[in-house]
Formats: sequence, structure tokens, C-alpha cells
Amino acid sequence: MSATDLQVDERAVRRTSSPVMGMVLFVAGEAMFFAAFFAGYFQFRSQAKVWPPASVGTPEISIPAVLTAILVTSSIVLQLGLRAVARGRVATFERLLLLTILLGVCFLALQAYDYSQLTFGIKGGIYPSLFYVMTGLHMAHVVGGVVLLSVVGAQTLTGQISQRHHEPVEAAAIYWHFVDIVWLGLFTVYYVAVPR
Amino acid sequence: MASVSVPGETVRGGLLRRPRSTAGFWSWVTTVDHKRIGILYGATAFFFFLVGGVEALFIRLQLAQPDGKILSPSTYNEFFTMHGLTMIFLVVMPLSAAFFNYLIPLMIGARDVAFPRLNAFSCWLFLFAGLFIYSSFALGGAPNGGWFGYAPLSTVEPGNNMLFYSTGLLMAGIASTVSAVNLAVTIINMRAPGMTMFRMPVFIWMALVVQFLLAFSLPIITVGLFESLFDRRFGTHFFDPAAGGDPVLWQHLFWLFGHPEVYILILPAMGIVSEILPVFARKPLFGYQFVVFSGIAIGFIGFGVWAHHMFATGLGPVANTAFGISTMIIAIPTGVKIFNWLGTIWRGDLRFTTPMLFALGFIAQFVVGGLSGVTHAVVPADYQQTDTYYIVAHFHYVLFAGAIFGLFGGMYYWWPKIFGRMLNERVGKVQFWIMAVGANLTFGPMHILGLEGMPRRIQTYTPALGLGVWNLVVTIGAFTIAVSVLIFIGNAVASFRRPKDAPADPWDARTLEWTVPSPPPPHNFDEIPVVHALDDFWHRKYAETEEGTLVPVPAGGSGDPRSDDAHGSGHGIHLPSPSYYPVIAALGFPLIGYGVIFHWWMAVAGAVVVLAGLYGWAFEPAAE
Repeated sequence: MSATDLQVDERAVRRTSSPVMGMVLFVAGEAMFFAAFFAGYFQFRSQAKVWPPASVGTPEISIPAVLTAILVTSSIVLQLGLRAVARGRVATFERLLLLTILLGVCFLALQAYDYSQLTFGIKGGIYPSLFYVMTGLHMAHVVGGVVLLSVVGAQTLTGQISQRHHEPVEAAAIYWHFVDIVWLGLFTVYYVAVPR
Repeated sequence: MASVSVPGETVRGGLLRRPRSTAGFWSWVTTVDHKRIGILYGATAFFFFLVGGVEALFIRLQLAQPDGKILSPSTYNEFFTMHGLTMIFLVVMPLSAAFFNYLIPLMIGARDVAFPRLNAFSCWLFLFAGLFIYSSFALGGAPNGGWFGYAPLSTVEPGNNMLFYSTGLLMAGIASTVSAVNLAVTIINMRAPGMTMFRMPVFIWMALVVQFLLAFSLPIITVGLFESLFDRRFGTHFFDPAAGGDPVLWQHLFWLFGHPEVYILILPAMGIVSEILPVFARKPLFGYQFVVFSGIAIGFIGFGVWAHHMFATGLGPVANTAFGISTMIIAIPTGVKIFNWLGTIWRGDLRFTTPMLFALGFIAQFVVGGLSGVTHAVVPADYQQTDTYYIVAHFHYVLFAGAIFGLFGGMYYWWPKIFGRMLNERVGKVQFWIMAVGANLTFGPMHILGLEGMPRRIQTYTPALGLGVWNLVVTIGAFTIAVSVLIFIGNAVASFRRPKDAPADPWDARTLEWTVPSPPPPHNFDEIPVVHALDDFWHRKYAETEEGTLVPVPAGGSGDPRSDDAHGSGHGIHLPSPSYYPVIAALGFPLIGYGVIFHWWMAVAGAVVVLAGLYGWAFEPAAE
């Protein structure tokens, strides 16, 4: 630790980054948000005789499987980017961040297409209500993630991100992985754990 | 976003310049100083306190006599709903946030919060959310389904009233969540050297518990509000039993938030009282660890009692019994605190200043509310009490005679620190006694009315019911409270006409905020303090002889502020610069809200404004 660092650090807790801690707390709260939705889902599913209802039928799994692959890949790419910036390879990080954002946009476009192919609307009962609102709010979180990553990108372009100041990248990565994990939960309850 | 930077450090990147004004209107709009933001929170909350109070007075005029004709039934519904929403979301929460913002950095020895710009964003978004909800009066009708907005009434009733409820509360919720994360990180991560967790003032501990409660409970009501919003606006069926939905789901989601919310409202006042009592008893807080762990226990158990609001819903005997027991259990840590406060004043060298009177009033009256709360845990009794004025009496004893008394105590206590001027003590004591008489006159007879069977939320009642006398007493009490509030306003206004002459430590207090001048300089501390003990400031001033009597440490000793005539100017300390973007980003949210209710293009415009704010935020330099 250099003399400058010692001067900067007037705090009691020295090694914890505030943006990272803030994001961990925020994501923990977000987990409550989705947990409440999933609890509602299981409550309604346990009361239903047929799930998904006959009017909906068995959901088509191929596009959601691709969506899952896209999102999981993007998480890995972002984590590699984080490792790059932490080791001082900022140019590599910039390329990997751009790739993550592109994968996020692909996810959004493909999910929009998937919505357009569905045969049931949002007003068709409790299953469509749950399906559209849960996946829709998750989609909103992906949009938020793309915005967040692009904000980090803007900070990178203006020289605010470096090996020493890469906490925002780490915070954004925590959020992105969280959104990824929520999708895995949605993918499981809506596409995998259904009678086929 | 380091809040402190090394003198001479070069500016890290950024394209846009940051505002520089330090006085006047724009300096307040663009401020990121936690002290100014605290004052903004406090002023806004007090404004809404007056608005919500006027609503209460109208309600009481309407109910003063049988067959009242002051308010029509529909206006009455709007007034009692808005009174509840205002007092909970726009008064007690932000008034507590005002104390949190102002005091947390000062009490833990920091220069600002962890994320100063996010702090400004939360403050503005809260203000806009409040104005948004109130704009409903001009736009076709205010929320009218009660503060807990039960489905399906809230989702099937015609009009946009309850849409303002769900969208407005979503906004206020975002503001509170952001602020909760910010303040929790501040407390955990920004403490001065030596300020370990168990050297933190109890107020800071209670603040930390509240931030965790907010961060974990607000997301749950957010789900309910989204579902309610979608049911109304986009035709989903979450709460519609005819289409497979379940109205009880709303009650679960609401009260899973709503009960932790009760502790969000009361713990700040408990923290304030825990600061005031030791100072005016001239004794350390009795059982510091017990008070802290009781606060933490309340935080945890608070998530496991929500269904006691739903005993009459029909959850079945097993669930009712379980929640009855958990409700009785949560009374234990609360009782522990009461006894610790009594232990603190026991054989203390008491000074009955205005803050002390409010703190003692808090304890006495909170016990009344707490005891009536325990009676709700008895399920068969609750069947009788539910939705009567007995409930209204209970929660006003804890929230008005409790929380608001604690907050008033805090205002009297910290006023000299915040504004550099003392409030008049004599007037303050008069205000306390009028307010105490008014509160008990208002909320005491409500117990009787409730047990006589008067339901809450009725617009009027017939003379034959014989409820007129007590209702008249209640109304007289409400106006007595109004008089006491006017006296406070007079006291506050008068204080600003006097010179700024409050000393740094007028009360002979124990915590770090009293080591700096009143009002504190923008950078708070010339030198970040190093903390050696709980109540560090007290130990710098007093030592104990072998017999246990206090002797003052001679003036001029190390760290004694009284010897420190020439406070530094703070040159060379870089503070976070003001910013336009928090207020811009916050401004987009009400536009999105109107878009959801009226025209989708407004939502798009709002989203553009939010994004503009965010990117401006990203492109401006971290410090200038």
C-alpha cells in the first residue's frame, strides 16, 4: 500500500469496496422481489388441477433454451472481462464488455420474438398473468443490466475505469450474474419442470 | 465515488463539468452534502406532516357529532386514505431519513455518505413521489381504498384513484430502497478509525437495522404493487378469484412488508430516545448490548408476525396460533428496551429539558400502545378488535404518541447542531405538555369507542349508537395537538430570528456530532476522529475517580473541542461536487407514473429523462 493509499483511507473497514457492498445488498433485496413472485407462482401452481392450463398447453422450449445459453455465456464473458480489467488489460475488458452488452441485446430481441410467437395473451387467466409479469419484469431487469453495463462502458471511455478503479465493473457483474440466475429459475419453472 | 480524495489528486476522467454554486436555490437543487439533504428531507416531511394533519382535522370535524356533513362519503374515503399514506410514507419515514442523513456521517466520523449523488437522487425521488400522489386530487381523485389498499376493492373500483396509489408507492419504494442501500453501506464501510460496530451509538445501530428492514421488505410490497397495477391497467388476474387469482395474496404481500414497516417507523425514534436519555441522565445507556441485540431481534422477528394483521381473514387455527405466539414473542425484545431505558434514568442526575420530556413521553405512551398491541396477539380478542377504533387507538399510540414524540424530541435535541440556534426551552416544554394532553385526549378514548364497537373508516354514525360524547372528546384532542404543532412552528421561526450562537456541545453530550461546531462545516471534521471507546466524546470530557464520581478532564487536553478555538477552514479536503443529474434522473419517474396512468408516450418521455440523468451521471467526473 502506497503512502497515497494510506492518506485516502480514513475508514475503519479498509478492504471492502462500497459499490460492491452496495450492489450485494441491493441484489439481496432484489432476491426478495423475485422470491415473492416465485412464492406466488408455487401457491397458484399447487392449487391448480392442470398446470400449465389446457388453454396454454405445453410451452415450446427451443427458443427459451437458446435464451438461457445466451445469458449464461454473457455472464462468463463479463466475468472474463472483469478479470482482464483487474489485471490491467483494459482493452481486452472493453471488447468483452461490448460483447456482453451485445449478448444482452440479443437476449432481449429473441425474447421479444418469443413473446410474439405465443398463442395466449396476458388477460387469459392466472397462468398468463404470472408468466408475462414474471418474465416481463425479468426482461426489464435485463434492460436495466444493459443500461448499467453501458454506463460502465461510458465510464471506461472517459477514463474513469482502470485497474485501480474497477469497482463499478465488479458491482455491475454481480447484478448481471444475479439477473442470469433469476432467468435460470424462470426457465426451470416455466419450461423444464412442466409435464411433457 | 470516493467521498474523500487526497489533496491535489487529479480529476479522474469525465466529459461534463459539475455545478459549482455553494449558495442559493441551485446550490440546494444540486447539493450532494448529506447535511443539506437531511434538511431537505426534514423540511419536506414536515410540510407533509402539516398536510396530513389538516386531513386528520377534517376527519375529526366530520366525526365530532353524529350525522356529520362536513365531508361527503367519497371525500372522506380519500381523506382517511391519504392521511394514512401521508403520515407513514411521507412523514415518519422521511423524517427518520432526515435524521439518518444528517447524523449518520457525523456520528460515525465520516465526511459524507457512501454514495452522495444517490443520496440526492433518493431525496428528490421521495419528494416527487409525494407530489405525484397528491397531484391525484387534481387529476380525478385521490387514493381511496385505505392505506393498505386491499384487493379486490383496489383493483375493481372505477377511477384512477388506486393507480396513483400503486405507482406513487412504487416510486417512494425505489427512493427508500436506494437510500437504504446507501445508508447501510455508509454505516458498515465509512466508520472512522476505532469506531467498531460495538462503539457505534445506539441510534446508528437502529438506523442500520432499519436500512436492512427496508432493503428486504420493500421489494415484497413492490411485487404486490406491480401485480395490483397490472390487474388494473393490463388485465391480469392476480387478485381476481373468478379467473383463478387470490385476493389473500395481496394481504400476504402487503403485510410481509407492512409489519417490518412498523419497525421501520418506530426503531428510529427508539434510537433517538436511546441517545437523549443518557445525555440528560448523565449516565451511560443501561445495557448497551441488550438494546442493540433487542433491536436486531426485533428486525428479524418482525418478518415473522405479519399474519396477525390477518387473523380475521380465515387462515385457519394453526396459522393464527403460530402468528399469535410469534407476536407475543416480539413483545419481549421491545420490553427489554423499555427496561433498559428505565435502568438508564434510574438514579440518574436528570435534567428535564424539552428533548428529555419528549423522550420520557415516548416511553410512557409507547408502553400504552405496546400493551394494546399485545392484546392483538390473543386471536379471539383480535376477532373483536379488528377494524374497530381500538386498532386506530393502538397504532396512533405507537406511531403518534410514540414515533412522532421521539422525532420531536430529536428535533429539539439536534436543532442547535443543525441550525446553530437553540429552540426556546420554556416554549418547548409548554408545547410538550399540550401535545401530550392532546395525544392522550385524542387516542385514549378511541380504545373505548373501539370496544363499544365503532368500526374504523366509517364516514358517520347515528345518534342512537351513543358514540357522540367520546367522539367529541377525540376531536377536541386532535385540535389540541394542532395547537401544539403551531407552537412548535412559532418556536422554530423565532429561533431563526436569533443569532447563530449555539455552542458546539450545548447539552454536554456523548457522541461525535457534538465535537464539531454548530452548524458543522461542509467537511464535517477538520481531522477524522480516532475513536477509543463507546461514548468517546464523553470520555474525552470526563474521567471517573475511584469512588465513581465524574471529574472533568482539564480543558486543553487532547481532543477537547473547548480548547479548539480556531477550527480549520477545511482547505485541502476534497468533497464530492454538486451534480445536476440526481434531480434530473428523479424527475423522469413521475413522468413514467403519469404515462402508466394516462398516455404511454409520457412514460417513454419519462424513461428518456431517466436515461439522460443516468448517462449524465456517468459522464461527469467523479470529483472536481
